Amino acid sequence: MNSRIAFVAFNTFREAVRDRVLYNLIAFAVLISAAAILVGEISIDVERLVVVNLGLTAVSLFGVVIAIFIGIGLVSKEIEKKTLYTVLSRPVRRWEFVIGKFVGLTGTLIVNTFFMAIGVFLALFYVAHRLQRSDLAVLTALFFIVLEFLIVVALALFFSSFSTPLMSAVFTFALFVIGNLADDLRGFARITSGFAGIVASVLAFLVPNFSSFNVINQAAHGDAVPERLILYNTLYALLYSAMAISGAVLIFQRRNLK
Amino acid sequence: MNSSRRVSVVAGFVLLGSMACSVLALQAIDRFCMRPEVQQELYIHSPKMLRRLSLGYTGLLADVYWTRAVQYFGHQHHRNSNDFHLLPPLLRMATELDPHLIPPYQFGANFLAQKPPNGAGMPNEALTLMQYGIEHNPNNWRLYYNLGFLYFTEFKDYAKAADAFEAGAKLPVTNAFMPVLAARMAQHAGEFDTARMLWYTTYQSTTDGAIRDNAVKHLAALRVDEDVTHLEELVQKYRKLTKRLPESISDLERVGFIHGTPTDPNGKPYRLTSDGQIEVEDPQLIPYITKGVPSKDDSTANNSSPATTAQ
Amino acid sequence: MAAIEILGLQKTYMIGFWRRRPKTALRPLELTVEEGEVFGFLGPNGAGKTTTLKLLMGLVSPTSGTARILGMELGDARVPAQIGFLPEQPYFYDHLTGRELLTYYAQLSGVPEKERSSRVNTILARMGLEGSADMQLRKFSKGMLQRVGLAQAILHNPKVVFLDEPMSGLDPMGRREVRELIQELRSQGKTVFFSTHILSDAEALCDRVAVIHQGQLKGVGAVADLTSRSTGTVEIIFCATHVPQALKAICSETRVTGEMVNAVISQQQQETVLDVLRRERIQLISLTQVRSSLEEFYAAQVRPKSSGAGVGA
Repeated sequence: MNSRIAFVAFNTFREAVRDRVLYNLIAFAVLISAAAILVGEISIDVERLVVVNLGLTAVSLFGVVIAIFIGIGLVSKEIEKKTLYTVLSRPVRRWEFVIGKFVGLTGTLIVNTFFMAIGVFLALFYVAHRLQRSDLAVLTALFFIVLEFLIVVALALFFSSFSTPLMSAVFTFALFVIGNLADDLRGFARITSGFAGIVASVLAFLVPNFSSFNVINQAAHGDAVPERLILYNTLYALLYSAMAISGAVLIFQRRNLK
Repeated sequence: MNSSRRVSVVAGFVLLGSMACSVLALQAIDRFCMRPEVQQELYIHSPKMLRRLSLGYTGLLADVYWTRAVQYFGHQHHRNSNDFHLLPPLLRMATELDPHLIPPYQFGANFLAQKPPNGAGMPNEALTLMQYGIEHNPNNWRLYYNLGFLYFTEFKDYAKAADAFEAGAKLPVTNAFMPVLAARMAQHAGEFDTARMLWYTTYQSTTDGAIRDNAVKHLAALRVDEDVTHLEELVQKYRKLTKRLPESISDLERVGFIHGTPTDPNGKPYRLTSDGQIEVEDPQLIPYITKGVPSKDDSTANNSSPATTAQ
Repeated sequence: MAAIEILGLQKTYMIGFWRRRPKTALRPLELTVEEGEVFGFLGPNGAGKTTTLKLLMGLVSPTSGTARILGMELGDARVPAQIGFLPEQPYFYDHLTGRELLTYYAQLSGVPEKERSSRVNTILARMGLEGSADMQLRKFSKGMLQRVGLAQAILHNPKVVFLDEPMSGLDPMGRREVRELIQELRSQGKTVFFSTHILSDAEALCDRVAVIHQGQLKGVGAVADLTSRSTGTVEIIFCATHVPQALKAICSETRVTGEMVNAVISQQQQETVLDVLRRERIQLISLTQVRSSLEEFYAAQVRPKSSGAGVGA
């Protein structure tokens, strides 16, 4: 295992944590507790549904925002502020740096999600008074959310490798939105013919496809997610991230640091 | 620069490789997973709510819903399902977001009314949609045509159909068949020529592949119905002549009633049954026919075609 | 073996909206720095000093040309471990403490785990940072940041140290400390290559200097040579309230302060002036040869061609 990658990753994690990123957890905790208590007033069957839906959606949205902001903030900022000058004069290779950043950022998000997950389960326990088998679906939904984060961070890194912090944030967010609508894009590609159809098809495959990752509603209803889907989604997330990261490495290799 | 070059090459391979594999993975996911948004309930049931939520980007959202409607229909149709309950709301959403989007109206006219699995089997919904469309697009002849078409094919209300065709015929921009159709509704509603004109106009009124396909199928079915009717008439004529039923179609040829072997649009010859009926060899291949269907099997027979002519 | 060999390094940027206009930041540069030298790289702002350093660090890729550090080509993976770099106005990870930052750099530099903390402690002590070792960097003053920067540049015991404007923003005490550090590095046999536009520092520290202006190398020379040359003039100080009549024609650059007169005369006139002073019974205070300064050398390289020939290399 390349220790330099580990060092960069750990340092990234430490910097993110100290950057008060984890304070978002407080906001999240407040939100989810308020929701849980409020929901307790409504009729029995729906509580669980609402808590899971709200909780998981919040985890997803908070996470994406954090992913974008720390992803951009930590990489583009480093390039802009020239922290990189000294780091790159050390024996660290550029690709090691990119991958180390990726691992560190993903790690931060996983830790963040872990705490949020505890919050969700606590709220669930509070409203349902017990945890049941079907709650395992919530874990799967969380896993898929983490896979989404993997892709978003990879994209944030990709854009950071060549554009300014602001533009990187914009592009990454835009791709996140488009990624959620990728199904419609593919539907559109299917009913369009000719050149526009080809362009739409290419775009539809290049853009990250998040639709199959969103099983929040299913988790809310307690429906199990098929194992095959878990396998495929994991593969897709890994492949897509690999694509974005290798793109980032390629660009960063040749970049002149002004 | 050697190691740097090496890194770039490796990264390049990883990039291309993962890109290709991710496409494959995505396709695998597609095949495996029922596309969720097709199965999902519509989260938003009120079009007005949707309009408000769309933050002004109604045009785009209308296109999205229209696309989804087509996908949904295709998906259900492909599975030979009888359940199209989401189609009316999807089309309604699309048209409420953008009342001037014409394709959903045409789609609705053709596929909302027809019986499953070729359509949703909800003619009343189709009617409402057409009326809504005309209200917002009073100068579009196609919508009047669709309305008349609906009255004619689904409701068999030839008077209302005539009204619709006439209204459409009066528009500044219209199709040449409109006045003709209007006229024919009165006397010749049940005739093959009228139906043929109708489906031909449908074909002309749109560029949508699915609708045109459907029209072509109907025209083919019409031809079969016509052929079968005609052949059965000849069989009766033969019987009058020879006091017995012909044994095969070639008998008709021998007495000079027909020339050559009549075939259906798929090139298969018609068959003569022992009790003088004409049958199509493979009715499954020709949807929408109402005549020439072998009585034993329960074939497709869905859409109504023009009323049978008197013998 | 030469510590640094710059062989025709050149950098041209494409600027403008369509990236069509070429802007030459550095014209082909040929320069050699021997091991153990302290080498000063002088020039006004925007001359190309930082570009040269960035090229040597591999932060920017050259348009053409190459360079070797300790005999190894640029891009050789063995180079970074042997060099240290302090960029101009460095910026570090705000939320790390001094100790954590240096440990991080030690990790990246491949300092073995056992030695890391002792190395870090030693360097913290050397740079006078033990007290603030566990304070977060965002609370550091400018001078402290500069010291941290120097610390990370030398903590892994590199053979060649590159410093970009190491004195910038420091108060006189700080500058003195940096000067002492550079002298210490030299005594350890290290090569120091630093860029600056403060000539007095260069004069005090460097073995050799190069002057660069508008992307082009204008002159290289040993400091000793450049400053030992006699200009052929003499500075004379004597007690008087005004310049004596007899000397008015001979003396130039006269300055009267209270009861003392400062004047510059040519060496040949020395005897004549002394005679006049003796005759007038004017007390002589001092008589010194004016030596050329680095400043003149610098100004000559940097000034446009029209004004006189300076002292060349």
